[in-house]
Amino acid sequence: MSLSILAVDDSRTIRDMLNLALCQAGFSTSLAEDGVHGLEVLDGLRPDAIITDINMPRLDGFGFIEAVRGQDEHRATPILVLTTESAPELKSRARAAGATGWIVKPFDPAKLVRALHMVAGPGATS
Amino acid sequence: MTTPDPMAEIRASFFIECEELLEALQDGLSMIDDGATDDETVNVCFRAVHSIKGGAGAFGLDELVRFAHRYETVLDEVRGGRLAPEHDALLLFMRAADVLSDIVRNCRDGIVTDPDAVEPTLRELEALTGAEEEEEEVCDFQPMTLSLDIGIPDTVESDPTYEIIFRPEPELFQSGNEPLFLLSALKEIGSVETECDLSNIPDLSELDPEGACLGWKIRLTTDRGQSEIEEVFEFVEGLCTLKVSESNTAPAAGLVAIPGLPPLEESPIDDAENETVPDQRTQSTDTPVDISPRLTLGLPDAPSASSEADASKTEDDNSAGLSTSEKASTPAPTPPKPAKPPVQATATKATVRVDLERIERLVNLVGELVINQAMLSQSVTQAGIPANSPVAQGLEEFMQLTRDIQDSVMMIRAQPVKSMFQRMARIVRESSASLDKRVRLVTVGDTTEVDRTVIERLADPLTHMIRNAVDHGLEETSKRVANGKQEEGCITLSAAHRSGRVIIEVSDDGAGINREKVRTIAEEKGLVPIGQQLTDAEIDALLFLPGFSTAKTVSNLSGRGVGMDVVRKSIQDLGGRVNITSTPGKGTCFSISLPLTLAVLDGMVVEAAEETLVVPLGSIVETLKVRHDDMRAMGPNTQVLQIRDSFVPLMDLGVELGFREPREDYNGSVVLLISLEDGTRSAIIVDTIQEQRQVVIKGLQDSYGHIPGIAAATILGDGQVALILDPVDLMKNATGKTRSTLSQLELAG
Amino acid sequence: MNEDAHLQSESTDRELLSFRVGEQEYSVDIMSVREIRGWTRPTPLPHSAEYVCGVINLRGTVLPIIDLSRRLAIKVEEASERNVIIVAHIRHQTVGLLVDAVSDILAIPESEMQPPPDTASDHERGFVKSLTIVDGRMLRILDLESVLPDQRQDAA
Repeated sequence: MSLSILAVDDSRTIRDMLNLALCQAGFSTSLAEDGVHGLEVLDGLRPDAIITDINMPRLDGFGFIEAVRGQDEHRATPILVLTTESAPELKSRARAAGATGWIVKPFDPAKLVRALHMVAGPGATS
Repeated sequence: MTTPDPMAEIRASFFIECEELLEALQDGLSMIDDGATDDETVNVCFRAVHSIKGGAGAFGLDELVRFAHRYETVLDEVRGGRLAPEHDALLLFMRAADVLSDIVRNCRDGIVTDPDAVEPTLRELEALTGAEEEEEEVCDFQPMTLSLDIGIPDTVESDPTYEIIFRPEPELFQSGNEPLFLLSALKEIGSVETECDLSNIPDLSELDPEGACLGWKIRLTTDRGQSEIEEVFEFVEGLCTLKVSESNTAPAAGLVAIPGLPPLEESPIDDAENETVPDQRTQSTDTPVDISPRLTLGLPDAPSASSEADASKTEDDNSAGLSTSEKASTPAPTPPKPAKPPVQATATKATVRVDLERIERLVNLVGELVINQAMLSQSVTQAGIPANSPVAQGLEEFMQLTRDIQDSVMMIRAQPVKSMFQRMARIVRESSASLDKRVRLVTVGDTTEVDRTVIERLADPLTHMIRNAVDHGLEETSKRVANGKQEEGCITLSAAHRSGRVIIEVSDDGAGINREKVRTIAEEKGLVPIGQQLTDAEIDALLFLPGFSTAKTVSNLSGRGVGMDVVRKSIQDLGGRVNITSTPGKGTCFSISLPLTLAVLDGMVVEAAEETLVVPLGSIVETLKVRHDDMRAMGPNTQVLQIRDSFVPLMDLGVELGFREPREDYNGSVVLLISLEDGTRSAIIVDTIQEQRQVVIKGLQDSYGHIPGIAAATILGDGQVALILDPVDLMKNATGKTRSTLSQLELAG
Repeated sequence: MNEDAHLQSESTDRELLSFRVGEQEYSVDIMSVREIRGWTRPTPLPHSAEYVCGVINLRGTVLPIIDLSRRLAIKVEEASERNVIIVAHIRHQTVGLLVDAVSDILAIPESEMQPPPDTASDHERGFVKSLTIVDGRMLRILDLESVLPDQRQDAA
């Protein structure tokens, strides 16, 4: 059993690393490069959780979360925000935008997986 | 795939991404410099630095993180409109971009960056925002509001038991968090007993469907530290009442234990917005007010239950998709949507990273294919197969395909000169700063694509030419003003394709070449005889002579022992030429002409002194046969050839290469008339012309080094190595010896 | 790289490929040797040092050939079919060494190698890294790097 995750980040390196960490955890991963792309990929997808970066071109993380929350079927989809800042106001802003939790970059793959389990359930047995 | 270490792969790709980000940063900064005021341009710069920092953190590149963080903070100020990108600030940003790219490259190459190269810029950046505390970013991750009884677990006894009181607020559900999952996460780290606190559940009539009424008391026995327990509740900090304490006491009063809860996976319970009441637990999940599941919450201790549920979910993608849609069902009954297969790793512009060596191999193979195909067509012709036969026609198509493949392969290696131009922008910044001149670099045609090996090897000579333009080309500022010129000097760097070659020009709007001075220096240094008649072009060409330097004091920029002669030589090694044009008072332009690729060459295969050689076809104007009457004696052992109404120096290829002595009589010899880009011509005597064909260039530089008159080598159909001539170099070093002393006497007598 | 490793471990044996140039016996570290091949006529390089015979085609790469007898100033007959080319890898560079004949592969303990005595002429000492005795014969171990042409005046 695995979780399906949508990961949105404009940095190829971070996308690669997310993809690696998630694949190694046995999750199925969809990737997108920015908020707009994220919404396109999300269309028709029912991920167990979404991971998104904040600073992105075209549509940033806040805008993306807002748009996702605006869709009925994703009202309650857990969304984790990837951030290099861990300033409290950034977290509260993320939360205000509707994020479920946050992950501080650089992330530890094990912690990422734990965090996903915390918000999306104990899908994986690994 | 040969990817032994995925992290190493990603690391390598990170540095490639960094280069792209640095390029975007440079672009953004120059757009701001050119007057761009939109937010997005600043945003692009910010994001570039931000992404570099993000990746750098992932690989533990601390010095890179530190600098990028500082830089990013300043850019964030600009982004927020709190700091205006004034001229000076912008210059600092550009310097910071340079430093950043240095650190990136050093990190890539495993070199520790010299703090002296970083600290001043770092401090300047700090000065813009006011020094901020070096914030440690890792620790404030932990929830702060937890009241904790720090009990160090006694290792002698069994694992400690923690008592956790957890009461979600409505906001917890709105944020997409789910108590059930938090509780199962707890289960991952220890054994859990849960009691549900139902005391706050109101009557159904008063039930707020989006409220939160439940609370839990959890007894967790675990060998993990308290921080790991806290970590589980990290995301809900402030969204619930939470109390964690080490305890061995019995369940506290006020909490009603609900025994025999069904396994949690059975219940679609993700509707965080819905609160539940006990009486409603039997209701179907399709009812508008979906209330049952949360109450049925339980933590299945029986592993069979969960593994069974897991197994049912692993069946295939489809069932996983279904369970997902089930989970995400909303309070209002929604028709189950068919789960689409997940969109896999979509990327708008798909690129593949390929080892350069593999491309090299492909280029070589295609080169061999071209040669092979040429040989095959030759045999077909020789076998007398008519041109309209299927064989010949098929071969014709094969030839076309080969050419197409060749072009495509060459395109793989082509890359825009932009990255190199950006490096030159930095050279201009640095050298103008150290000379206290104001210089603007204008680039034209930076999308022009050139074989990347050409680009790589052009960087050094171009750097030198740019430095030279800043140092010698442009006048001192005071002089410029005195001459009514703009204070800021301008250097233009341009690239363009022209008839199968790339032309790169470096021009300045300086004083132009001071030809009197050049001539005097050349005479002083004995490079030309005093008082010799010289055209302007000839004087300009003196700059390329070894040992020529016009700098009065050797500045640290152009006085590195590298003269224009070295520049010219490295360009010639690329099969290129460099020319100067200069207008007094207006400026100087260096024009470099380069082949598009270093891989194949159209050549004429000739024989001289029993050796087979290849002459680049592009340099041959015509081939002719020498008649005795057309030859005129020049020096003691040199001759010129009269071609129509002009005289062209004559040279014997075999002699020039040192393979033999001049012949007695050249009557009837085959001559190649060679023309160079600057218009000079010469006639080269060869023994025979074999054929005209395309050859694959094999560099000699790496295996042997430079040979005068020789550009490279190739391998012919018979397996023999043949040398490829460099006509320019050959002429430069030519002796022009076409008469031995003996024949001279005979002629004289 | 290999040389360094060997210098560190004194006790280990070094495998040497011994060969004959004229009447003299030389050897090189076998780790540097890529292959041994028969004589092919090289394409002469203009204006090259007299000990550079030219270049040959080694499966698609252009391989410079150094005539060791000329390089080491040993009198021998003209290169002929009887000669052998040792393809060696020296400092990221592959070259062919023209010798008279390849004789043997020997394992010599590091400790039995000694530096050439001071009495040897400067010229010879430059090419010989160390000496050893095999069956009562003196074996010279060639310093491959010094054998390379001293060109490489590459552009900046």
